[in-house]
Amino acid sequence: MTGTLLSISGLTKAYPGVVANDTVSFDIQEGEVHALLGENGAGKSTLVKMIYGLVKPDSGTMTWRGEAFAPPEPKAARASGVAMVFQHFSLFDALNVAENVALGMEDPPKMRDLARQIRRVSEAYGLPLDPNRTVGDLSAGERQRVEIIRCLLQDPKLLIMDEPTSVLTPQEVEILFKTLNKLKSEGTSILYISHKLEEIRTLCDHATILRLGKNVGECVPAETSARDMAELMVGDTLQTPTRSTEKTGDVMLDVSGLSLQPTSPFGTTLKNIHFTVRAGEILGLGGVAGNGQDELLAALSGESTTWPDAVKVKGRDVGHLGPNARRELGILAAPEERLGHAAAPDMSLVENALLTGLIRKNLTSNGFVDWAGTTAFADEVIKEFDVRTPGSDRAARSLSGGNLQKFVIGREVLQSPEVLVVNQPTWGVDAAAAASIRQSLLDLAAGGAAIVCISQDLDELMEISDRFGALNEGRMSDIRPAAGLSIDEIGLMMGGAHGMEVAHINEGADA
Amino acid sequence: MDLSAINPVLLIASLMVAATPLLLAAVGELVVERAGVLNLGVEGMMIVGAIGGFAVSVESGSPYLGLVAAMAAGAGLSLLFAFLTQFALANQVASGLALTLFGLGLSALMGQGYVGIKPPALGNIHIPVLSDLPVIGPILFGHDPVLYIGIALVAAVWAVLKYSRIGLVLRAVGENHEAAHALGYNVIRVRVLAIMFGGACAGLGGAYISLIRVPQWTEGMTAGIGWIALALVVFASWKPWRVLLGAYLFGGINVLQLNLQAAGIAIPVEYLAMSPYIITILVLVIMSADKSRAPASLGRIFHASQ
Repeated sequence: MTGTLLSISGLTKAYPGVVANDTVSFDIQEGEVHALLGENGAGKSTLVKMIYGLVKPDSGTMTWRGEAFAPPEPKAARASGVAMVFQHFSLFDALNVAENVALGMEDPPKMRDLARQIRRVSEAYGLPLDPNRTVGDLSAGERQRVEIIRCLLQDPKLLIMDEPTSVLTPQEVEILFKTLNKLKSEGTSILYISHKLEEIRTLCDHATILRLGKNVGECVPAETSARDMAELMVGDTLQTPTRSTEKTGDVMLDVSGLSLQPTSPFGTTLKNIHFTVRAGEILGLGGVAGNGQDELLAALSGESTTWPDAVKVKGRDVGHLGPNARRELGILAAPEERLGHAAAPDMSLVENALLTGLIRKNLTSNGFVDWAGTTAFADEVIKEFDVRTPGSDRAARSLSGGNLQKFVIGREVLQSPEVLVVNQPTWGVDAAAAASIRQSLLDLAAGGAAIVCISQDLDELMEISDRFGALNEGRMSDIRPAAGLSIDEIGLMMGGAHGMEVAHINEGADA
Repeated sequence: MDLSAINPVLLIASLMVAATPLLLAAVGELVVERAGVLNLGVEGMMIVGAIGGFAVSVESGSPYLGLVAAMAAGAGLSLLFAFLTQFALANQVASGLALTLFGLGLSALMGQGYVGIKPPALGNIHIPVLSDLPVIGPILFGHDPVLYIGIALVAAVWAVLKYSRIGLVLRAVGENHEAAHALGYNVIRVRVLAIMFGGACAGLGGAYISLIRVPQWTEGMTAGIGWIALALVVFASWKPWRVLLGAYLFGGINVLQLNLQAAGIAIPVEYLAMSPYIITILVLVIMSADKSRAPASLGRIFHASQ
């Protein structure tokens, strides 16, 4: 708890066309949990990559315990005591846990000794893990444990965590926080990146806020309101989506007894899913990623076909119909993966607008494409949803993730669907744009559409859903009215902590 | 038809010889593919190894120097592929095909003065007592040294991939090159070394044909073995011992069908000639029905952005 561990001063890094970090300075004390707050694209990831030696700064200096610190590669950073848990896990699906851990270590011991160390450390920190399991078979929470244990085995002085809770249930978050607090009490500093403000308020001692690559403020999270921090992040006042009067109509979408084998080797089997959505209603579906969300979206959009009566729209069997036949009936979907699933990366926005819009927008005649109409449709999406791009002729790949997300959602919303299924509608979108996407979903529902919103973001689901359900290992929980649900109840609906509690009972036991 | 003319001991001994070029090329390509690179230029590297090894051993009089030269020639040609795919970020399939076409042309040019020459012979090993044993002697202890090197190489590749740090890093690079890069491994370096290893193995396999199995130089003498090696790696599910099994199966049926042809069996020659391909593929397809799969980054271009 004495002195400064890492001092950053004037770090600047520019990429062609964008300054990712502009003279950023702050200090991390020994044994402190320091939050790095900011919107997507604020430069948080670039900054930690510089600390971890993956990216070289253009100018500026770092000081590690009073000595100059400029790691040329991650090896050097690890040798100094920096460890990092990545946002997109840097794990190898086909290898087992012990092999994955060994790859992240400078000088790994023999596999058998390493397996024993993994068991010991994982028990001590309440993160049980079997070293011999193949990583491809693990849940997202378990995968994160692999990353954390890989870091802990190196005895880090500074642990960098890049948005660690986005894939966890509330109970798993609580266990993670206990682990982090234990590390802190042992003198490890933690640099914690997130845009979830409540988490930062409970966990962090100090926060640095970045906006567009600049350090725009520091605060003590416990003494600052979440709203103030959010406005520092955005640099503007926040609009909260508003819901018009609640009125729900007839059952639009009726799913009964839906079971489905996954198409990918690491997919999830859907098991006997039942639910209904009425006109004007938003059904929010939570659950940790990889519990059947992608498969459910595929079954509803028509990518995977099932028994005719497993999915009904307005009383009509559609389970056996493909995506285009369903689009004709007014069932539209926006999948989670933007590049390669929701949009074709190398095709222009106009062409991408055509791909899902041609049926409902009537963009072809006699087999010829109506390019003028398609361009007009694409331009309408760009205008209505504030997609920042030089023009609709740009390739989908050239848009930033958040902008493409706005385009993908807007494209479906503007086709005035009767049933809309979206997965992670605001993934990677900044707070202001996310609010406008949510508002458009609410407006669509108010107009009489039935909406299924699958998301990892519980705050989002609570904000817009009328009823809430959760997917856990391909099964659907009971569906309950969203108003008045406590975070504990939601966590239990999501499947609790996936067996993480057992660690405290077994403490000291030699597993 | 006279099946008694077929001597089982000689048959087994000669199938091992017939399988060795395929085995060498395939085990090299296996390492390349486990590192996530698809090099379709095996045939080209083999034929350049064949003529390179042939020329050097004729000029120097030493078959061993020839084998070393063949490995250098194969590895040298593979460096061209490594440059195209790892630094110029060219498409691996197109680059591999180009490498094969280039290798065939280059070898024809290099081999102009060597048609009809007999290279210095590489004798078979002879271990007193062991090599003179009946049946076992000719099968196990009476071959040329390269054949044993081939088998040892399979064992070594298996052990290195499974147990060593280098093998683990190589598999990691082939599985997820972005994650490997994020952990600080030099993806390009690992891949270039793997490509060179594959080239050296293919070159050695080619020289085995021109110096030991045939021994002479004719244009296009590898006759598609490089392509069989590529298929073998896939059907062997990227596992070294299955490559050995597949290569011996292929070599065995090939030798057997030649013997059957000579014995005048009443099956059209065309059917006999296609039998090694069909049977090897069938057996390996059935074996690869387990859940093993290709390295996840196979054939994907890696560019260390940011």
